[in-house]
Amino acid sequence: MRVALSVACFDDALFPDTGKAVTALLERLGHEVEYPPGQTCCGQVHWTTGYHREAAALARAYAALFEGAAAVVAPSASCAAAVRDSYPRLARAARDPALARAAEGLAVYELTEFLVDVLGVTDVGAYFPHRVTYHPSCQAARVLGVGDRPLRLLRAVRGLDLVELPAAGECCGFGGAFAMKNSDVSVAMVADKVRHVRDTGADVVCAVDNSCLAHIGGALSRLRGGVRTMHLAEILAATGPA
Amino acid sequence: MTGGGSRAEVLRRVREALGGSRGTSPPVPRGYDRTLPEAEAATRADVVALFSERVAANRAAVRHVSADELGTAVAAALWGREVKQIVVPADLPYGWLAELEGVRALADAPALDAEALGAVDGVVTGCAAAVARTGTVILDGGRAQGRRALTAVPGYHLCVVHADQIVGTVPEAVRRLDPSRPLTWISGPSATHAIEMVRVEGGHGPLHLEILVVED
Amino acid sequence: MTASSRRTTESSAGTRPGGGPVPLPTPKFASAARSALADTGLRRNLRGATAEARARTSAATAEAADWDALREAGRAIGDATLLNLDVHLEELERGVTGAGGVVHWAVDAAEAREVVTGLVRASGAKEVVKASSATLREIGLDAALARAGVTAYETAIADLVVGVGGDEPSHLLSPALHRDRAEIAELFRRTLPAAADLGDDPAGLAAAARAHLRDRLLRARVAVTGANFLVAETGTPVVLESEGNARMCLSLPDTLITVAGIDKVVPAWADLEVFLQLLPRAAGAGPMTPYAASWPGVTPGDGPRAFHLVLVDNGRTRALADEVGRAALRCVRCSACVNVCPVYERTGGRAYGPVYPGPIGAILTPQLRGVESAADASLPYASTLCGACADVCPVKIDIPGVLVHLRGAVVESRRRRPVPTPELALMRGLAWTMGDARRYETALRRSTRWARLLSRGGRIRRLPGLLGKWTEARDLPAPPAESFRAWWARRRP
Repeated sequence: MRVALSVACFDDALFPDTGKAVTALLERLGHEVEYPPGQTCCGQVHWTTGYHREAAALARAYAALFEGAAAVVAPSASCAAAVRDSYPRLARAARDPALARAAEGLAVYELTEFLVDVLGVTDVGAYFPHRVTYHPSCQAARVLGVGDRPLRLLRAVRGLDLVELPAAGECCGFGGAFAMKNSDVSVAMVADKVRHVRDTGADVVCAVDNSCLAHIGGALSRLRGGVRTMHLAEILAATGPA
Repeated sequence: MTGGGSRAEVLRRVREALGGSRGTSPPVPRGYDRTLPEAEAATRADVVALFSERVAANRAAVRHVSADELGTAVAAALWGREVKQIVVPADLPYGWLAELEGVRALADAPALDAEALGAVDGVVTGCAAAVARTGTVILDGGRAQGRRALTAVPGYHLCVVHADQIVGTVPEAVRRLDPSRPLTWISGPSATHAIEMVRVEGGHGPLHLEILVVED
Repeated sequence: MTASSRRTTESSAGTRPGGGPVPLPTPKFASAARSALADTGLRRNLRGATAEARARTSAATAEAADWDALREAGRAIGDATLLNLDVHLEELERGVTGAGGVVHWAVDAAEAREVVTGLVRASGAKEVVKASSATLREIGLDAALARAGVTAYETAIADLVVGVGGDEPSHLLSPALHRDRAEIAELFRRTLPAAADLGDDPAGLAAAARAHLRDRLLRARVAVTGANFLVAETGTPVVLESEGNARMCLSLPDTLITVAGIDKVVPAWADLEVFLQLLPRAAGAGPMTPYAASWPGVTPGDGPRAFHLVLVDNGRTRALADEVGRAALRCVRCSACVNVCPVYERTGGRAYGPVYPGPIGAILTPQLRGVESAADASLPYASTLCGACADVCPVKIDIPGVLVHLRGAVVESRRRRPVPTPELALMRGLAWTMGDARRYETALRRSTRWARLLSRGGRIRRLPGLLGKWTEARDLPAPPAESFRAWWARRRP
């Protein structure tokens, strides 16, 4: 299958390993990965911060770029959620029916949805001998409803010791502009998240959103937390002794 | 009536706010249970049992009695609570109180004033309907129920429910009730969550609710 | 932390002698939240109480097998009601009037205060009892009654706590949630005459409050209450409660004045079968609140001899005019969204302004009041958009969706200013850069170089400008020298 990779601007600049891992993973599973040139930003930050005119322009460009792709895979739940959940709203707000139609035509999947639902795999042949906990980011869990797909994928990884994160469903406090505009509350929230992460004794906390991981990782780093943050894709891409 | 200008202004603003969508009626899906599903209560006896279970879950006391035991059961309940003086609706069936011993019953005719109501220990009433799924008794001011204040003020309320007054669900009760009467739905004793959100029995209304289910 | 020091950090409505309330400048959410965050006792109380409430709501809703069908019906009835609100209001008025009640209309809070004050004055009463109602707080009734020489007594136990503590309510249904039992016991010992030896057992505290308020309730001649629902078809107000103070207010005094927003209307009597199930369970009161009462105008020989219903607009028609925002008017004030909100759990209610806290406050207040002030404009941003609120809402209000919509309204109102805000300039610049891949790539290379200069050991510990808020407590990873797209280009020439 030909897969169009959608890499968030944030991941492009700060977490290039995520896109590389998705490429390696999908190619290992026998699929052809393409990275349509000209990608910039899905417009999510502008949309959620209230800059709806600017977001509409970015959304139109994104929809045009991925139009006709059989499957677009985004290793960022918040970008996938922006396209699937926000674009229709954005089109209504901008009174742009063409954008609404274009958005409806896009086959955008968050990575774990693509693996489990489209490819029908949960065992991707990964090997990762570490203790891992999973943070279900709000966009993945509540907006996309990815459910236990990430956990099913993680349980099939050889050598991986999956530990449950206490109060997993609680937001890490990132929230895009929230982390700046309400920095104090955001920090109070991530402090609790980090405490729960450390309580698990995990070596690695993973998620399907690098924005949340940057937030959790930024706080862990400041506290010299000793727990690494990793995108789920990087765990699934890891191989080792068969 | 005041505010004639304001009435027109509020209505004008409503109409202006709605614009072209005013008067449209999107469909209302009503896929919820109107009656108890078979699995929850297959027979009348199940409905009555569910009612008792839910009354108890609401932290009220509940007992089942036969019609000819009712007078004794009322007297025993009052005696058990050490109730000395009760108020009753003027039309309470005489037989309900026939076995009282050491309890003074004041009929609410003429109506007791608030101070006198505040001084009684309890009240005995019937009800208009009851709901199994929520453990609720509903009073509508009809026979054996009296005016609303009678059951709002005293610390103890003994309510007699005939088994055939119990319906399964809230929808069944709503459809059976007469909205032109003052209605009071009572589901347990008064309670408060004012302190740390912890439920405590005993707000301003009755601290104890006791229900006698009369099986026919 | 003591009551007085906490109070000084909060905003409240001041009063001008002889005039209307003068709103003191309310701080923006972030500044108001800061003091709450610093108060560890408050945060402990909030955490404990909201966890308790969440667990009760979750148990009550899980127990109803048809919960989702009820929510869907509640949503749809709410929408249908709003689209025909004018017709329902007129029908309501006919019903109430036909049953011996009097209906009054108030375009704003000032008019609502005037109407109620006038009615109380006409009754000759010098004191009134009130049953806890957010609408009464919204219209600022107490201060208006005080100016008219009338003392208003709150009769709900939590309101008594807030009253003797001299602070502002922090929750819709549990206004004293910010206090723990020890603080409440201390307040009662200090302020209630018969409570000098009181311990801090909640049952004992409730009993002391009951004893203190009982005489007031028994001797009251005028009661002022809110309403949970107003059934248009039958002209019937409905009140749900737990403590029984509202029942006493509805049945003992000679005069009953009920003040309710025009959004409280439900069309048909049969619609109560939905809302009488939704509200108690969502509020965590179990399958049913201890009490639900409805009444038709005046009933001879039972309860008040005079009944007045005051219908309040006060910004509701402004919200109604917004096709997206009007969903907030479906709210039944259950507080489920408040109890589940991770932001509220850490800030408490007062950061949201004086009346409506939590996620629902963040979408209701800016619509009722507009987004011109900095404080009101900050409310739609007081959320991470995590969506926990929408999941629990019994009438399915898409709170995150409305928040984003209102953020758009805030930004639009700021665009009209002659000088662009720094944020507007930044976001427009960012959108311009992102609008073209080459511009983006140039900026990416430049900012990567720049960011790597700021980093030590692969971490950025301090960012300048607007982004500095991030690094106050969080590091940022230094961008790797090679972006994903650069790697891709190198790999696939």
